[in-house]
Amino acid sequence: MARSPLSQGLNDNQQQGAKGSLNRLHIDWPLMTGLIALSIFGLIILYSASGENWSTVSRQMIWMCIAFVVMFFVAQIPPYQIQFWTPWVFGLGLLLLLAVLFFGEMGKGAQRWLDLGLFRVQPSELMKFAVPMMVAWYMAEKSLPPSFPRILMALVIIAVPVALIAKQPDLGTSLLVGSAGIFVLLLTGLSWWLIGGFGLILAAAAPVVWFFYMHDYQRQRVLTFLNPESDPLGSGYHIIQSKIAIGSGGIYGKGWLNGTQSQLDFLPERKTDFIFAVFSEEFGLIGVCCLLLLYAYIVFRGLTIAYQAQSTYARLVAGSLVLTFMVYIFVNIGMVTGILPVVGVPLPLVSYGGTSMVTLMLAFGLLMSFHTHRKLITS
Amino acid sequence: MEHSRVKLKDHIRETQLFSNRVVLAGLVVVLLLITLIARMIFLQIYSHEHYTTLSQNNRVNIVPVAPTRGLIYDRKGKVLAENIPTFTLELIPEKIENLEEVIERLRTIVDLTEDDIRRFYKTKKRSSSFRAIPLRFKLNENEVARFSVRQHQFPGVELNAHLTRHYPNGEVGVHALGYVGRINEAELERLDVTNYKATSHTGKLGVEKQYEDFLHGTVGYRKVETNARGRVLRVLEEQLPIPGEDVHLTLDLEVQKVAEEQLRGKRGALVAISPKTGGVIALASMPGYDPNLFVNGIDTKNYKALSQSTERPLFNRAIKGRYPPGSTLKPFIGLAGLEYDVVHQGTKINCIGWYQLKNDEHKYRDWKRTGHGPMNLHGAIRESCDIYFYDMSLHLGIDRIFEFNNYFGFGKATGIDIPGETRGILPSREWKRRVKNEAWYPGETLITGIGQGFNVSSPIQLAVGTAILANHGLHIQPHLGLAVRQNKDSDLMYFEPEVIGTVPIENKSNWDYMFDSMIAVVHGTRGTARRIAKDLKYKIAGKTGTAQVFGIAQGEEYDKENLADRLRDHALFIAFAPAEDPEIAVAAIVENGESGGGVTAPIVRAVLDAYLLQEPDLL
Repeated sequence: MARSPLSQGLNDNQQQGAKGSLNRLHIDWPLMTGLIALSIFGLIILYSASGENWSTVSRQMIWMCIAFVVMFFVAQIPPYQIQFWTPWVFGLGLLLLLAVLFFGEMGKGAQRWLDLGLFRVQPSELMKFAVPMMVAWYMAEKSLPPSFPRILMALVIIAVPVALIAKQPDLGTSLLVGSAGIFVLLLTGLSWWLIGGFGLILAAAAPVVWFFYMHDYQRQRVLTFLNPESDPLGSGYHIIQSKIAIGSGGIYGKGWLNGTQSQLDFLPERKTDFIFAVFSEEFGLIGVCCLLLLYAYIVFRGLTIAYQAQSTYARLVAGSLVLTFMVYIFVNIGMVTGILPVVGVPLPLVSYGGTSMVTLMLAFGLLMSFHTHRKLITS
Repeated sequence: MEHSRVKLKDHIRETQLFSNRVVLAGLVVVLLLITLIARMIFLQIYSHEHYTTLSQNNRVNIVPVAPTRGLIYDRKGKVLAENIPTFTLELIPEKIENLEEVIERLRTIVDLTEDDIRRFYKTKKRSSSFRAIPLRFKLNENEVARFSVRQHQFPGVELNAHLTRHYPNGEVGVHALGYVGRINEAELERLDVTNYKATSHTGKLGVEKQYEDFLHGTVGYRKVETNARGRVLRVLEEQLPIPGEDVHLTLDLEVQKVAEEQLRGKRGALVAISPKTGGVIALASMPGYDPNLFVNGIDTKNYKALSQSTERPLFNRAIKGRYPPGSTLKPFIGLAGLEYDVVHQGTKINCIGWYQLKNDEHKYRDWKRTGHGPMNLHGAIRESCDIYFYDMSLHLGIDRIFEFNNYFGFGKATGIDIPGETRGILPSREWKRRVKNEAWYPGETLITGIGQGFNVSSPIQLAVGTAILANHGLHIQPHLGLAVRQNKDSDLMYFEPEVIGTVPIENKSNWDYMFDSMIAVVHGTRGTARRIAKDLKYKIAGKTGTAQVFGIAQGEEYDKENLADRLRDHALFIAFAPAEDPEIAVAAIVENGESGGGVTAPIVRAVLDAYLLQEPDLL
């Protein structure tokens, strides 16, 4: 089924013309509402977590605007063009990753940044959407469920960037990128037997990764996660202080700007990875439930978009991106509450930091593009 | 078309498969969210209390606040011990970039020794962060001024005022007052840990030690909020410390000064007591030392000089000195003789200069080789005739001498309210058997009767005995503490003088007889202390004494020229005045002073003058 990009574009335009002017913006308003609400939520929390620092909040607002603009522009691109450019984006990502490996800048003991003169980029961020797009692109070529050789090939597509990112080393991002790729495979309808088989292989590979592939500080993080009290002033400090912050928040919280754990500096990394602890301390269980409901709303809206997507490629990409978003939430909250090891994963759209926000909004832009460029199917 | 049909079939199957997986994913998402909420419920509801406690412990610190030590006053309200602000140069290392460079620059402004710097680094190692660590104590005015104008060049360096114990009169009264010093390990175990949490000093000697509980006060505390680095952000709650109570002493600073001035250049002690109250008016032991040296730790050089001096300035002779009372014991023995009817007021004995026991060749000599001739007890006291007392003591016997002198407090602790007094020795048969495991010999009774032999008493014991005598037998425990007061506005709480007992004298005229005899010691033309009677405006009853430092062998001449200074007799004098209605009783000793009448009596007279002739109290 050879498709002509041009003819499909015409079809789209005709369809859009029939709809209202709002839809011509290619914005999915239910999703948009959730994202805006979450962003406002995030800014309020950041104001407290930064110690009422307006310059931090305004910098975050600028990044937010950039992120929304990026989302808006991505949403305008028709899905067939996104699909068309996928291998190129992936290729560029791989090249940048290799460049980081050789010319990258060091920061906090890891080589993640590439200085492009005007600004620095983190190519691993690009891979968060480039990898699922590439796997989906590859899978959409042939009918599904995929054959075994194609699954192996897909695994190679996932493994290469994951290995490069892990080498930087950036365990958190490599896990997110890897899971984004795996989600695509799972959504293709991979047989449960195969999933079970790969699971066993992963379990067997874990010790190998532990002994030959992990850095000391990564191993330390896992050990500390297993027993934080063993090192209360060293690596366990983060988790202990974070649990104290959350637990002391109780049902109603200590009130906005009144969290003693966060305002008195007991909580480390409170603007970034541990911002959820600040939020739970100040807003309590009630606030946490509201935040989780908001996240759930966004996730289910995303899954709906994936469900209603019309091409295999769009379905796979959308599903994978939404599930990765959920992984972000689960891993971040899991590590802050002490049920997962501390890996550097930000709380989506709340943690301070521009790059991850732009990446996330770009992903939501893809979702909007898929959803708003649908053709009406008449039976 | 067939190709297309297969495609279509696949498309439906694909969609079906995908839809199943998306629904499954939705279920997994719900599961994950439930997991998170369950975890949050565990932390925020189930463990809420536990983490609230931890969070409180994290941020709230309790900082103890030391109470201000009570002041010490003399009986007229003159300050004997006070707290003065002194400036300490303190550094907060966390606020200083280059510590070594800053200390080097400070050296150009204030005097810094290597010791100061070494101690600073030692303290720094033990302190928690954001604590000010002292570099130099007690800056002088010039240093304070020099640093103050340059303070802006030294961020993280602070000039802090602390209260330091100060004794404005220097060494005057040091043996009564004592001093405070830094709390040491041994004291740390003894003192109340809670109450002394913020206290750095405690009383080490004298009144400062004895009245520690009054002077110290009660610790206060501040509940403060600190951040993760231990920096105090604000005070949440404050309980002010209760300052220590002021202690007023019976000591009279002016009289004390006179006593010490009189003893200057000599080794000796003087204790003056108000017989009616037991209050100690003066307690001097010379030479003394400046207690201010000890407050923040005395340096090795000064301490060596004090502790190794042959003059023993650190030794409190007034309560620890052990001297034979010599002839100053005679009034007490004489009263015993009268009371036990061994002699009568008119009984005469012919003093020929020596005395012998039956069946004993040993000659017990009088201090006057030629003898005093025939004399009664009055004369024997006045001229201090030894022969009279040999004979009387022999008839009294050691048991009655012991029993009677006991009433005057000899051989027992006086109970003076400063630590460390000696009990002295009042010899008895029982004592000799216990200590020397020997029987009592009659010859020993003789020399006990003139205050020699085994007799040992401290100046305070002698003063207490004299006060009891002056008081017609009423024994009141001597004390320095007069009253305490919580603050300037509250009333003085007086200590009740403790009556220990009464000397059982049946015949009251015996007191008058002994008083007259002692008045004759000073005012009689043949009295041993007649030289101090000149221009006296009141009557003194006294008794001189000399105490042999070592025994002189039989038949050996007493050659004072050849005796080293340290082997000369100690010179003693006891007195009370005015004799008709005694207001003050004094005992004094000058080591190796030789003559009680010539050396010690004038010292005592100066003290009596100072007390009795001073301007009426304005208090």
